[in-house]
Amino acid sequence: MAEVLVLVEATRDFAVKKVTLELLTLARTIGSPSAVVFGASGAAAAMADKLGEYGAEKIYAGEGDEIDGHLVSPKATALADLVKRTQPAAVLLPSTQEGKEIAGRLAVKLDNGLLTDAVELTADGVATQPVFAGQVVVKSRVTRGIPLATIRPNSLTPTPAPASPQVEQLEIALGATDTLAKVVDRVIEQKGSRPELTEASVVVSGGRGVGSGDNFKLVEELADLLGGAVGASRAAVDSGFYPHQFQVGQTGKTVSPQLYIALGISGAIQHRAGMQTSKTIVAVNKDAEAPIFELADYGVVGDLFKVVPQAAEEIRKRK
Amino acid sequence: MNIVVLVKQVPDSGSERNLAGDNTVERQSANNVINEMDEYAIEAALKIQEAHGGEVTILTMGPERATESIRKALSMGPDKAVHVLDDALHGSCAVATSKVLAAALGTLNPDLVIAGAESTDGRVQVLPHMIAERLGVAALTGARKLTVDGGTLTIERQTEEGYEIVTAATPAVVSVWDTINEPRYPSFKGIMAAKKKPVQTLALADLGVDAGEVGSAGATSEVVEHAKRPARSGGQKVADDGNGGAALVEFLSSEKFV
Repeated sequence: MAEVLVLVEATRDFAVKKVTLELLTLARTIGSPSAVVFGASGAAAAMADKLGEYGAEKIYAGEGDEIDGHLVSPKATALADLVKRTQPAAVLLPSTQEGKEIAGRLAVKLDNGLLTDAVELTADGVATQPVFAGQVVVKSRVTRGIPLATIRPNSLTPTPAPASPQVEQLEIALGATDTLAKVVDRVIEQKGSRPELTEASVVVSGGRGVGSGDNFKLVEELADLLGGAVGASRAAVDSGFYPHQFQVGQTGKTVSPQLYIALGISGAIQHRAGMQTSKTIVAVNKDAEAPIFELADYGVVGDLFKVVPQAAEEIRKRK
Repeated sequence: MNIVVLVKQVPDSGSERNLAGDNTVERQSANNVINEMDEYAIEAALKIQEAHGGEVTILTMGPERATESIRKALSMGPDKAVHVLDDALHGSCAVATSKVLAAALGTLNPDLVIAGAESTDGRVQVLPHMIAERLGVAALTGARKLTVDGGTLTIERQTEEGYEIVTAATPAVVSVWDTINEPRYPSFKGIMAAKKKPVQTLALADLGVDAGEVGSAGATSEVVEHAKRPARSGGQKVADDGNGGAALVEFLSSEKFV
């Protein structure tokens, strides 16, 4: 069976991200998954067990300062060389900022078509992509080269399929233009116990109706009780209630959790763009006419400062 | 510093959008506007010009009507614009678009190219790196902060856990998020001045790009079909009677979330 290359996304301390397990699961429907790890020395060894658990038959490792200390370009060069050598059936990358950027460079290097933000990819290379704030769904395919696709986190449920991969260290031959952009520092701003926004199966978001940064404690409390991530609408971010990296919507993150709870969010199209494909949507808003209710599977018209504390109390009781 | 800002005209993300019969973005009937993220790129360029001098040029690839967005961009303050306009470009994929924009940038020889991090129509996010790849220059992407010190550029690149500080020498391509600044509104004077600013039109032949390499003919991917996603139908909506929170949890419980 032909190889399918899967770009591994992980945290700085070598925890494999859930999207990687999703990609490995998807890759198994197309061919034989090979995980490609780029990072600091030791990355592949640290993650081999987890990658094998989800079906990686092989692991290619590009490690060290040259790969890790420069932005995107060295990874794309190494991946392009690997594609030329292994002639894979497909290349799958996470639809994250860096995943897309590597894919973009790869497409140019190989003169290969590129499909971004796919939520499905069939074995014959047809991708399904929600576009225009999820209002339209397109099916597309690459017409030059192999299927090269970035897949949105939370598009499928990862399932284990244990394999025992060998790690092959890649010999990386970088060009002069690969090391132009140097990463001189990495700053961790906040790392709580909450799951990452795009990977979380539950997201609780607050909007303008939350009223202040302090009041976001209410949103956080409900998120924590449900084991979810916290999001915010653009109005809430622009008002300074919550940091930008948690913004859900057109100019922020796109999330697709099992459960999305919108608190004090009216549901402008810019917000819907980022959450419309969530499986179950719940809304609390005091305005009965708020457009968010058009999407909500369950909506409460009421004061979130009464509804949310009561809901939190009720969840605690049931635990 | 010679700065080029990439500007794209897109269908207004606040309105109904669709694909046309040929599976390309419907632009004919759409309310077309300047891509919102590009306004932040223009603002970043103007700030650098104010501090370090030089010239700011708008570069747009798009149909005739994209002229409206070019004038809008110029009204914020840039000096001039280049419009790559050719019927053969209709239906171009990202790979081909990057080829055309790289060729146009080749004629402008910029020290710095600034782009919005993504367009609100495609949201593909790959063009800055594709262009940098073709030009063989550095790409500093996803910036929430950009500083210029002589010929050295430094950005704060937003990541999931925080940010990275990334640096490169010019020439380079930088892409920016909407956290980087607050774009200025065009003044009346700016709007009047924009009408007289030079807009150079370039066709594919001027760029030495073959028509067969771009547009639908040269696309590296194709949309096979498109369909309106069935609208979500609103489900149950209850007014809080003092028991709304408990009712909400009852719903979550019935769906096995609690």
